[in-house]
Amino acid sequence: MFGGFHAVKYIFIMFSSHRHDDLKEMLDSNKDSLKLEAMKRIVAMIARGKNASDLFPAVVKNVACKNIEVKKLVYVYLVRYAEEQQDLALLSISTFQRGLKDPNQLIRASALRVLSSIRVTIIVPIMMLAIKEAASDMSPYVRKTAAHAIPKLYSLDPEQKDQLIEVIEKLLADKTTLVAGSVVMAFEEVCPERIDLIHKNYRKLCNLLIDVEEWGQVVIINMLTRYARTQFLNPNINGGSGDKTFYGSDEDEDEDEEEKEKKPYVMDPDHRLLLRNTKPLLQSRNAAVVMAVAQLYFHLAPKAEVGVIAKALVRLLRSHSEVQYVVLQNVATMSIKRRGMFEPYLKSFYIRSTDPTQIKVLKLEVLTNLANETNISTILREFQTYIKSMDKDFVAATIQAIGRCATNISEVRDTCLNGLVQLLSNRDELVVAESVVVIKKLLQMQPEKHSDIIKHMAKLTDNIQVPMARASILWLIGEYCEHVPKIAPDVLRKMAKSFTNEEDIVKLQIINLAAKLYLTNSKQTKLLTQYVLNLAKYDQNYDIRDRARFIRQLIVPTEKSGALSKYAKKLFLALKPAPVLESPFKDRDHFQLGSLSHLLNAKAGGYQELPDWPEAAPDPSVRNVEVKESVRAVGTVTHRDTGALWGPQRMEGNSASGLESSSGSEESGSGSESEESKEASESEEEEEEEEEEQKKKKKKDLKKPRKHQRKSKPRKSESESESDEDEESESESSQSESEDSESEAEVKKKKKVQTRMTAHWSEFGNIIRVLFLSFLVEPAPSPQVTPVNTFLSNSLVTDLEGLSLSDSVLSPAVSVSYYFALKSYELLHRITGEGLSVEYCFSRQPFSPDANMVAVQMQFTNSASSDTKNLHIEDVKLQSGMRVKEFPEIELLPAGETATAVMGIDFCDSTQAANFQLCTHTRKFFVSIQPPVGELMRPVFLTENEFKKEQGQLMGMNEITEKLTLDVKCRNEHAIVQRVTTAANLSRVPCGSDKECRFAGRTVTSGSLVLVTVATKEEGAAQLTVNCEKMVIGTMLVKDILQALTQ
Amino acid sequence: MIHSLFVINHLGDIFLEKHWKSVISRSVCDYFFEAREKAVDPENVPPVLQTPHHYLISIYRGKLFFLSVIQTEVPPLFVIEFLHRVADTFQDYFGECSESVISDNVVIVYELLEEMLDNGFPLATESNVLKEMIRPPNILRSVVNTLTGGSNVGETLPQGQLSNIPWRRAGVKYTNNEAYFDVTEEIDAIVDKSGTTVSAEIQGVIEACVKLSGMPDLTMSFMNPRLLDDVSFHPCVRFRRWESERVLSFIPPDGNFTLMTYHISSQNLVAIPVYVKQSISFFEAGSCGRLDITIGPKQTMGKTVEDLKVTVHMPKAVLNANLTASQGNYTYDFTTKLLVWDIGKLNPQKLPNLRGSLSMQTGVPNPEENPSLNIDLKIQQLAISGLKVSRLDMYGEMYKPFKGVKYVTKAGKFQVRT
Repeated sequence: MFGGFHAVKYIFIMFSSHRHDDLKEMLDSNKDSLKLEAMKRIVAMIARGKNASDLFPAVVKNVACKNIEVKKLVYVYLVRYAEEQQDLALLSISTFQRGLKDPNQLIRASALRVLSSIRVTIIVPIMMLAIKEAASDMSPYVRKTAAHAIPKLYSLDPEQKDQLIEVIEKLLADKTTLVAGSVVMAFEEVCPERIDLIHKNYRKLCNLLIDVEEWGQVVIINMLTRYARTQFLNPNINGGSGDKTFYGSDEDEDEDEEEKEKKPYVMDPDHRLLLRNTKPLLQSRNAAVVMAVAQLYFHLAPKAEVGVIAKALVRLLRSHSEVQYVVLQNVATMSIKRRGMFEPYLKSFYIRSTDPTQIKVLKLEVLTNLANETNISTILREFQTYIKSMDKDFVAATIQAIGRCATNISEVRDTCLNGLVQLLSNRDELVVAESVVVIKKLLQMQPEKHSDIIKHMAKLTDNIQVPMARASILWLIGEYCEHVPKIAPDVLRKMAKSFTNEEDIVKLQIINLAAKLYLTNSKQTKLLTQYVLNLAKYDQNYDIRDRARFIRQLIVPTEKSGALSKYAKKLFLALKPAPVLESPFKDRDHFQLGSLSHLLNAKAGGYQELPDWPEAAPDPSVRNVEVKESVRAVGTVTHRDTGALWGPQRMEGNSASGLESSSGSEESGSGSESEESKEASESEEEEEEEEEEQKKKKKKDLKKPRKHQRKSKPRKSESESESDEDEESESESSQSESEDSESEAEVKKKKKVQTRMTAHWSEFGNIIRVLFLSFLVEPAPSPQVTPVNTFLSNSLVTDLEGLSLSDSVLSPAVSVSYYFALKSYELLHRITGEGLSVEYCFSRQPFSPDANMVAVQMQFTNSASSDTKNLHIEDVKLQSGMRVKEFPEIELLPAGETATAVMGIDFCDSTQAANFQLCTHTRKFFVSIQPPVGELMRPVFLTENEFKKEQGQLMGMNEITEKLTLDVKCRNEHAIVQRVTTAANLSRVPCGSDKECRFAGRTVTSGSLVLVTVATKEEGAAQLTVNCEKMVIGTMLVKDILQALTQ
Repeated sequence: MIHSLFVINHLGDIFLEKHWKSVISRSVCDYFFEAREKAVDPENVPPVLQTPHHYLISIYRGKLFFLSVIQTEVPPLFVIEFLHRVADTFQDYFGECSESVISDNVVIVYELLEEMLDNGFPLATESNVLKEMIRPPNILRSVVNTLTGGSNVGETLPQGQLSNIPWRRAGVKYTNNEAYFDVTEEIDAIVDKSGTTVSAEIQGVIEACVKLSGMPDLTMSFMNPRLLDDVSFHPCVRFRRWESERVLSFIPPDGNFTLMTYHISSQNLVAIPVYVKQSISFFEAGSCGRLDITIGPKQTMGKTVEDLKVTVHMPKAVLNANLTASQGNYTYDFTTKLLVWDIGKLNPQKLPNLRGSLSMQTGVPNPEENPSLNIDLKIQQLAISGLKVSRLDMYGEMYKPFKGVKYVTKAGKFQVRT
């Protein structure tokens, strides 16, 4: 805040002296505060658009400054001026290269950001390298930054396109929501034509969509709209009227057959997936997201479903006026194509006197588009009030709108015309003029009926001054001079008198009128016409002179004038088609709605055409992703796969069970293909139909286990859990279609996991007990370990008692686990603590007040000669996100005594230290607790199958594999188990093979799975695999376990 | 995407510029100034302008124009929504969004803009995330910083940026844990001359002020959730729960935020709390006019109507107003032609009335149109739609929070035509 004030002051000084010497001096000083002050002033200059480029050498020196704010401001400066001072900018590059290797992800990311923002061509190779490296960074935030850097590099050097596409391809496969939006953005800027890159990621993008940040959502939805247009068939292909029978027919099987003969439209399940997953986003608070979904539905959805977007769009009309402006433009276009959609919301488009004019005009446009026979009377009544408005531009637009309503709806044409004629006596000239113009257009439709109106208008020429209106009246009189034979010559007389003072368009119409009268009534008007033409001959405007010459030649027969003059009458008095009053928004929908191009009604740079639907659908199997066996077993297979997989099996099931044979044989008889098509056409329908489908699926689910039972015993448990899941998630209809439905059903999933866990508890309770007993037998080999039970505090025991009461299955495990050898660490040495020594260990107990905390058990020993009082914790300094639950204050620790206490620390899944002060009644000691990574997790119990399944989902970047040679003492299974469980708080997973040991756990704070596999080979060779979503934890854990196993 | 941003004050001075790609000369704004000139009213400047090489998208907020320059196709709403988010962020950081405040905090503003966009694509727009990276200014911190040389810039990456809940700060701690919700409903209505309602809608919004420690997981349920058929949520609300159970389940952001907005459309029956009897007439002879307005309660559900105010935008010809108000005060601004009648509390026993004569400019034809009346009002402890929160539960944390829900009904764009 103060920086700003100073800046203003100093800028003044600087410009008076034309020097930045003071700033240079400040930048050269070795005080951070001075540097900061200088940088703030420089940035303020940049913000105001003042030139600060001569400071470049002085600023660039500070790029390696330790102070983070100075550094950031230097970055700001660099990005602004590097382009102008390329050579000097190169000096800073090495700093960024160093930054790219920093352990802190924020620094890595910002180094990449700045490096890629410096628009210096010479560093393109460096940027390329940095982007490639960052694209496989552990931190998703850095990967996101890499995605952002791609378009930057591309704009700097388009030749890198091929290499960049490779990076994009890689990042598109990324599963984190953080990256998805940014990489699609990069895709759109670099290679929007490479639609093939999307295939494999299509379903993933659809499923992630709801969790992506809002800006990413907009980009992804727009891209997917284009994608869908190339890959799927037009859902409205059956044509307007055919729809009804089509939709109505599905309940009846017979009719369905008939439809098939006509080759019915079948919606691709992926098409359906897109529509379904975008629909909830209509509820977004971000207008851009709502608009994106609306345009997606408008361009892709079957007619019957487009209606849902209207409500959301109408809601946006309450937003800022700029938002209203854009939304109304789009509504105007939509309302031409799909009028019925907005009809229920007619009143929401009524105009308030406080609306800005541009909004009023757009609302008017929408109201006009919505007008039909049934609502026209209310709309016209509404228009009547608008005509009284003070805003004259708006009144003019209203009159135009009335004209349009009149042309479109013949029933009200006369009413409108009468209303408009009344307006001719309005006091405001603009209103009258606009009415004249509109009446002219209306009269052209049926002139013979309305000669009295024409007469009335002829009288207006005396008063009305607006050129357009005068011109319109003159044209009308000329065109229909036969209806008003007496008045017309008189009007021409008056006009001839004022000819020289008229505007150009009026003059042209006077000439026209004269010519037409000459042809029909030459007796009365011959002289007048001559006079007018003579006047026109010497006009200043060449158009008028030309016209006069042309007309004279045409109508006045002379020797020279050839054959044409014979046809003059036909030429001038030909029947002219009535004008069609059209909305300016007609046909605008060939632009993708919501786009800039649509708004401007002109192609903007970089606009990607919305392709037409393909005639025949391209191969849908390109979107199939190879699913690992383990994943497939869970039942998250696609619709298409269902058809292929379950088709023959169902037959089997039927023949085996003999139940439902009638319906079953019918289905199987029609083959898997027709089954598929039927399912798809069903999914077209609204909810009811889907319910039906689900019922069917349930049936299938019921059949599945039966089949498994018959086939193979060992798979029993698996199929059970499968059907369990299906039943649980039956409310989500997407289950069957989605490749990985985690994101959709996070909440559900948690529940699922819980239920599954409890189930397994009971199932494997026995195994666990056996396992733990085997651990107990094992002696504790490590010399550092001390048995814990000696310093178990009373409170802990009670805690545990509480636990054992609450969960009878858990209790054996818990009571067993503290016989484990625990490593204790020194917190405070006896000498620094002046007699008070503190040791702590990670007790591996669940910390009961907060499950997300790691329990730390502390043992206080008072070896001093005096008592220590009021032992407690103060001034906890934590990294963000971390929390501490302090132990209750120990009031008195007599000399020579020992006490224990338990505190909880939420390390937020990081190994950053928790710093705090340990206070006694006299002293304070700064201490810190840093957890080994192995303590940041708690054991979970998985079955072998579950383990494999989970492992299958944590592949790729989440998996770390390391080869190792086992320590000589550690070549048997027991030893390995012992060492791994000592290094990390994991539990063993039962395993059929004796060559492999598996362990599982979850991180304490986020509950991410940690899976460890140690596979032994001959002669002590082994392979360690760690799968963990949190890659940092994974790498650290690998290191720790490696150490434990090799030493 | 977004190339550059210019912030322009009402005088047409560019006092802030920021470029996310190559620098674009500020002369590009000339096209905007031209349009601004033509539009007369700042509200009527087209939000999207086309120039030979660029497109200009602007918003008008708090007497400032935020003008962004773009070069290629981008959804206009994307830019508009972002610009409003920028203005919201300034408001959030500095308490207001005005020229003086932006100039005073130009460095923080610049740092914010730097974080919000990367190469023209939004990077961090959540206020909670931004506040962790760049701390908002306050006097105490400024003093401390100048003494210690400390900075306003956070050193670690905000946790939220990495998680699925970017809107919440981690490690929040409060001594008093409290969660307050304000249900505010605004009635948008058009009432015609005869007193019949032409259209009426309700715009509701639930604003929350949540100061809870840790990671609370809240569930809000309503007595009558059926009312809400058109809603939009803060991203924290779990949409599936809403779909299936009609409850709002969410992990709230820290501090103030808009939980949800809803819209009860003109298809539903909307209660109109007051009626207005009015007659405004201008006489041909004598160049004067008469005005008589009475307001009475209609459907107030037994609550009192407060802060009642009538604003009339008079035709140009009206020179002065000579009126008497039975309650409250009235003012007539000669230059803006704005008649404001501030009534206050509506007393059903003695209806407030404003009557008197209007003096008109002589020699000018009488205005044809009658001005419409804009009504402002407020009703405490009532959501006019009948919406009621039935309960608020918290999971995931042990402590017991203070909870509170407040209802208020206001007039939004409430217009009576004459």
